[in-house]
Parts: sequence; structure tokens; C-alpha cells
Amino acid sequence: MLELKNLSKRFGGVVATDDVTLEVKRGEVHALIGPNGAGKTTLIGQISGSLGSDAGAILFEGLDITHAAQHARVRSGLARSYQITSMFKRFTVLDNLALAVQARSGSSFSFWRPVSAEAPLFDEARTIAGEIGLAGREAVVVAALAHGEQRALEVGLALATRPRLVLLDEPMAGMGPEESENMIALLERIRARITVLLVEHDMDAVFRLADRVSVLVSGRVIASGAPAAIRAHPEVRKAYLGEDAKA
Amino acid sequence: MSWILIVEQSLNGLQFGLMLFLLAAGLTLVFGIMDMINLAHGSLYMLGAFLAATLVQATGSFAAGVLLAIPATALLGMLLEMSVLRTLYARDHLSQVLATFALILILNEAVRIIWGPDMPLSVPAALSGPVQLLPGMVYPAYRLLIIGVGAAVAGALYLLVARTRIGMLVRAGASNREMALAMGVNIRRLFTLLFGVGAGLCAVAGALLGPLFAVQVGMGENILILAFVVIVIGGIGSIRGALVGSLLVGVVDTIGRAFLPLLFGIFFQPRVASAAGPAIASVLVYLLMAVVLYIKPQGLFPARG
Amino acid sequence: MGRAAPWIVLALALTFPLAMQAEHQTYYLSFASRIFIYALAATSLNLILGYGGMISFGHAAFVGTGAYVSSILLSEGVASAWIGWPAAVAASSLAALVIGAVSLRTRGVYFIMITLAFAQMVFFLVNSMKAYGGDEGLSLRERASLGLGVDLGSDFAFYYAALAALAAGLYGLHRLAHSRFGRVIQAIRENEERAEAIGFPVYRCKLVCFVIAGAAGGLAGALLASHGKYVNPNVLHWTQSGTLMMMVIMGGAGRLWGGVIGAAALLGLEDLIANHRVDWLAAIFPNYQQHASLGVGTVLLAIVLFAPQGIAGMLARKKHA
Repeated sequence: MLELKNLSKRFGGVVATDDVTLEVKRGEVHALIGPNGAGKTTLIGQISGSLGSDAGAILFEGLDITHAAQHARVRSGLARSYQITSMFKRFTVLDNLALAVQARSGSSFSFWRPVSAEAPLFDEARTIAGEIGLAGREAVVVAALAHGEQRALEVGLALATRPRLVLLDEPMAGMGPEESENMIALLERIRARITVLLVEHDMDAVFRLADRVSVLVSGRVIASGAPAAIRAHPEVRKAYLGEDAKA
Repeated sequence: MSWILIVEQSLNGLQFGLMLFLLAAGLTLVFGIMDMINLAHGSLYMLGAFLAATLVQATGSFAAGVLLAIPATALLGMLLEMSVLRTLYARDHLSQVLATFALILILNEAVRIIWGPDMPLSVPAALSGPVQLLPGMVYPAYRLLIIGVGAAVAGALYLLVARTRIGMLVRAGASNREMALAMGVNIRRLFTLLFGVGAGLCAVAGALLGPLFAVQVGMGENILILAFVVIVIGGIGSIRGALVGSLLVGVVDTIGRAFLPLLFGIFFQPRVASAAGPAIASVLVYLLMAVVLYIKPQGLFPARG
Repeated sequence: MGRAAPWIVLALALTFPLAMQAEHQTYYLSFASRIFIYALAATSLNLILGYGGMISFGHAAFVGTGAYVSSILLSEGVASAWIGWPAAVAASSLAALVIGAVSLRTRGVYFIMITLAFAQMVFFLVNSMKAYGGDEGLSLRERASLGLGVDLGSDFAFYYAALAALAAGLYGLHRLAHSRFGRVIQAIRENEERAEAIGFPVYRCKLVCFVIAGAAGGLAGALLASHGKYVNPNVLHWTQSGTLMMMVIMGGAGRLWGGVIGAAALLGLEDLIANHRVDWLAAIFPNYQQHASLGVGTVLLAIVLFAPQGIAGMLARKKHA
């Protein structure tokens, strides 16, 4: 479904991602792990289109999207969420979701008709709010939400664009155990219809959710395979899991 | 078009560029360190010129008047920083633009109340004549003085920023604001001082250019925009960028105004040339800026990585 | 404002000329028309600045382009407003398209500076148009004519034309703010990166918004030229852009009535200081009336420092309290 071919990105003299080749298959939850600074967020940026690539190609459902604008990629079914919560803070939960629904359905170059007359936008937004566990919180301004609720909405905004592939950048960052369980349950619910590329530090969650795991170290993919194989991979243990086990 | 004219116009460009640098240097450092847009910088240039005119009159000496105007303007600049501008560092750009725009209105009127709409300030008699530079080429002595003073001040400033401990702090602040803020209390005092230096440089430029243009209310407004063009071209926060940008803008503007109409005369009919030449010449520096920003959106010498 | 408030304001504005005594009529009608025109210009800036979050420091370029295009047509003998005003709007839209296409690729301070630089370019270009007055400006023999039996030469008729233009502009902004496009623009103001990440073509949306504002600014410019029967390059000077920005912020950025309140407050304050002598103030400060901008500057500084939400914001807060 998604193929990365020899993808690289440099910032000045620093290599962030280096010759990354990776395939995400339709229907799977593909986890991307690696130590801090390995280039995971950069790679998400390159795939989603907020960052350009210096070399290599990105194929989404067989089409070359290496040079497509970010908004065009979203409309073709490829959405992302952010590691650091990024939303429309002064808007309500419902308005945030309705905006994302609007971005997908119909033209935004409509200048006269009030949005409030478009019931379907808000109906769908309410459905998504329910799905991400924010039912009853629709009228709350985002800035007033609890951290866990904001993280849920962060993912909800990506889901509202109705992606076929969603890139989730550490959805469980900063969450307590209970909130993490809710997020895992949400991902379990959506995996039946959406392919997921999941960047996550919570190894417990990764090994519970992932069909396959790829390991990124210093911008390079050092291993890719089934969770059990990755767990056993000597290089991975040395470079990454070893550190984690000690911590 | 002779080589004499070319040399003469180049010197004029150099002279204007150096004066622009005196304005742009303070502006770019304030901008770079505190991320602060200060439109009232042009008002300090105006205040410097009015103070110089008054002090020249009072002392009867051009040199004494100008030299006294510099610390006086620096003092006013520091007062302005401590009273109003300091509270704006943490605000967004829009608030800074508006508050300092309000300061322009206030300072313009204050000057008008104290001095009236303008003040006489003329070239000192000893320097009013021409000097023979090369056989067959004369150049006004006063303009040579401006070039000399401008080059000396620019050189001293460059050494101050590039070589001294204070300069190192300033550069550190311009390239990394968090570090500057982490330095704590000292940065506030350093910044007030820096602001005073910037105001003093404004006074040098205002006093020296006063006799060439005119010492009048609003004189800072157009030159301020040119100074902004300079620092945007040079890269915000970079003193080297300000120097290169100033000379570039000074020379392009002066040479463009002098030669573009002549150049157009070669290629177009006189009627077209006389209309289009000056028009294009007057927007040349803005075109330059647009082109630079298009190619290098962070300016020629980006201070931040 | 409540639901009834706009209609009350409109009713007052409609009946205002009828209530005027003949001796004051010319002055106040002309003054009110000027407020309407500046209110329209400020409202158009409010669309990009307040709703779209684009800090454009060059809005005078569009007002000035509209003023000059309509004036040049008038001086060349094209008297009909039906040609002159649309031409002004078209020219300003085109200017906004070109300036916006380049400027909107930059961010933050660079955007502020590049819009300022473009406006200065237009300012100097107009200054060098010797055929149309150069820096001395262009005097018009008469205002644009509307036909239909309406004589815009009368301050009475012109007042209603300016009022109609402003009312149309405000209603347009109201509709736009609640439309799909308006919500996208406001979302971009809140979080540009995320707006792109949920699938909005951010650059194109900003550019369209910029062009709409330029068009409305151009109409205000055309009205302004007809109103004073005179135009000079100062209408394009960067301090004019600053004045329009000042009106938007004083009135309330991102609020429907922000531009109107700001224009009325600023021009009203200027007029109050300059034309209504306060004896005790004059006793302390004899020539104070000649220094109106000292007062305007002080008020603006106070608003920026102490009431960043503007006058409309203060009114709204009071209502909620």
C-alpha cells in the first residue's frame, strides 16, 4: 500500500533519514520503533508531505506521491497525527472534527452558504467524537480538554479525514496506563478498516498491536519483520531493546 | 556617460550605504536578539538630527553639536527601551508593529511641539567646497567626510561585535534567543545598552545626513523602510548581512537613479525612457529584495541555522 | 452585538441625513461618508488580518490602486461609476493576486516586510507617474456618476452610496465568516500546519482570501477618490497601511464590526481633537488642537498595551460578564 524507496533527508549537514526502504502492506498495523533522534518523526513528515525529500521515492497505492502537496496526499487517503498535540485550540471539539470532515467532503471554496446549514458535517463529526471516546464533550473548547482527551482528538482529527492509511506519531505520548488502554482499544477498533503506520515508544503497546515492526536507528532501517523476529534480532537488541530493558 | 560620473555616483552610493548601515545595524541586532520589530527606530534618527541641529546652533560648532547629539540620543533611546519597548519583547509581532507605530505618531508630534516642523542644519563652512580627488574629478568635501566617518564607525562596530566579549554576548543572543534569555538579569542591562548604541548610531546618521536632505518631522519614515529592506536582504540578526545589504541597497539605489534613465534612453524612445526610467529606478531596491527573498527566504546571511 | 443591534445601527445610519440641520449637513454628511469608506477599507483588511491571521503591512497598496485606477479613468473622461469602480476592483484584485502570490510564500516577519516592500513599490511607481500628477496628485473635476437619476455630486446621495458599499461589505464578511471558506481561513489562522495536514490547500485559500480583501480595498479606494475629488500618492504611503491596521486593532481584529468601530473611533477622535475645542485643555496646552496625532498615538499605544482585544473585544467581554 505504501512503499518507500531509498528515501533520504538532510538538515544542513545532519542526516535525518538515510536511504530508507520500507513497505507497509494493506490492512496491517506496522510499527516503527527506534531510539530518540532516530529520524522517525522526520520520516513521518516526509511521507505526509510536510517535509520534502532529498532523494528517493514514495509510492502510495502504486502512485508516485514524492512531490505531491501535503493536502493532496490527505485527500488521496493518507493522513497523519502529531507527536506534539496540534489542533485548533480555540475551537470546540465538534468544530475541530467538522473542519476535518469538511476538508474531505466537497469544495472549501464556498463563500456564501453558512456551514451551520450542513447537518451531515456535524453528524459525522459527532460520530467520530463518540468513536474516540469524547461523546458528551463536543461543545468543549479544545484548550480546556484534559491531556488524554487532547491525544484522543489528535488521532480523531486524522481519522476524520477518512484515511485508508494513517500515520500515527506517538499517539500514547505522555499518557497514563488507563488512557493508554483506551488508545489501544481505539486502534484495535480502527485496524479492521484502516492501515496504520505507528510510531510508538510504548513497547508493550507496540508488541500487542503490530503485525510487523521496523526498526530505525540513525536514520536507517536496520530490521523489519514480525514482532517475534524483531524481539530476537541481535542487532535490534543491541541498538535499541537492550537499552530499553535496562531502563 | 563618463567614468568620472560613474566614480562619483559610486561614491554617492557608498556614502548612502554606509549611513544606511548605521541605521540597519541597531535594527538588525534588536530584531535578531529579541525578535522585536521596532518601527520607532526611524524616530530616533529624526530625534538625532533635531538634537544635532539644536546643539550645533547652541555651541556654534558643527563637530561639537554632532558629538553632543550622539550621547543625548542614546540616552533617549535607553529611556524609550526601559519605559515602553521592554514590555513588548514578549508580545507578538502585530502588537510590536502597532505599538511602535503609535510611538512614531507620538514622537513626530512631540518634535513638532518642541521644534516645529523643521530645523536648519547646514554643511559646515570649512567643508562646503569641493575636493580634487583625481585629475579632472572633484567631489564635495562634506560627502567625503560622511564616507570617512561612516567607514570608521562601521569598522569600529564590526570589531566590537566580532571581537569583544560584549560583542560575543550580542552575537550569541542574535543566533540563539533562549541562550540569551538564560543569561538572565545581565541580558536586560546589556539590551538597554545595546539599544542606546543603536540610538547613538541613528544620531550619527541623522546628524550627518541632515544637511544633505532636510531636518524635518517624518524624515525617518522612508529611510526606516530602506533599513528594513537592508536587514531583510542581509538576513535578520546578522551584522555582516546588514553591512553587505546596506552597501548593496545604497549602491543599487544611487546607481539605478543615475543611470537607469540613461540606459533606457539607449533602448527605448525618449518618451518611454523618461517615464519608465525613474519609475523603475525608484523601485529597484524593492525588486532586489523580492528577488533575494525568492531565492534565499532567510536573507543572504541567515543568523539562525 | 445582539441580533437587533446591526438593524438599529443601519436604521440610525439611514435616517441620520434626514435628522441633520441644513447648516451642518454638508460637513457631517461628508465626514460620515469618509468614516464609511475607511470602515470598508479597514473591514477588508480585517478579513486577512483578523480572520486570516496574515499580518499584511501593505493594504494601502490595494486601496491606492483602486483610488488611482478610478481617478485616471475619470480624468480620461470615463465618468460612469459602473465602469470606473469595477475597473478599480479588478485592478486591485490583480495587484493582490500578484503581491499575494509572492508574499504568501514567506512567513512571520518576512511576510510583514515583503508586503510592506511591495506597497512601497506601488507608492514609488505612482509617484513617478508624471502624466497623472506625480507626487502632486490628481484633482478630479467631478465625482464618478452613477446614472439612474442619482447625482453622486451631492453629499446626500454620496452618503447613501458609501453606506450601501459598507453595508454590502459587512454583510459579505458576515456570510463569508460563517461559510466553509471562512471557517478554513480561521482554522489556518489558528494552526496553519494542521490545516494543511487535514487536507486544506492552505496556500491557495490564503491567496483567495488576500484577493477578496484586495478587491474590497480597491472599492474603498475608488470611493475615497470620488469623495474628495482628489487623490495623491500619500494614499499609498506605508503609514496609511499602518493607519488601517491601527483601525482594525483598535476596533477588534477578527470581529465583524472591528473595522467599523476602529474607523469611527479613530476618525472621530481626530475630529474631536481638531474641531471641538475644550477650553480647560486649551488653557493648559494652547495649541493642542494642532497635534491630534499625539492623542491618537497615545490612545493606540494604550490599547495595544492594555486592551489587545480592541474596543469590540471590550464590549463583548462586558456583555459576557
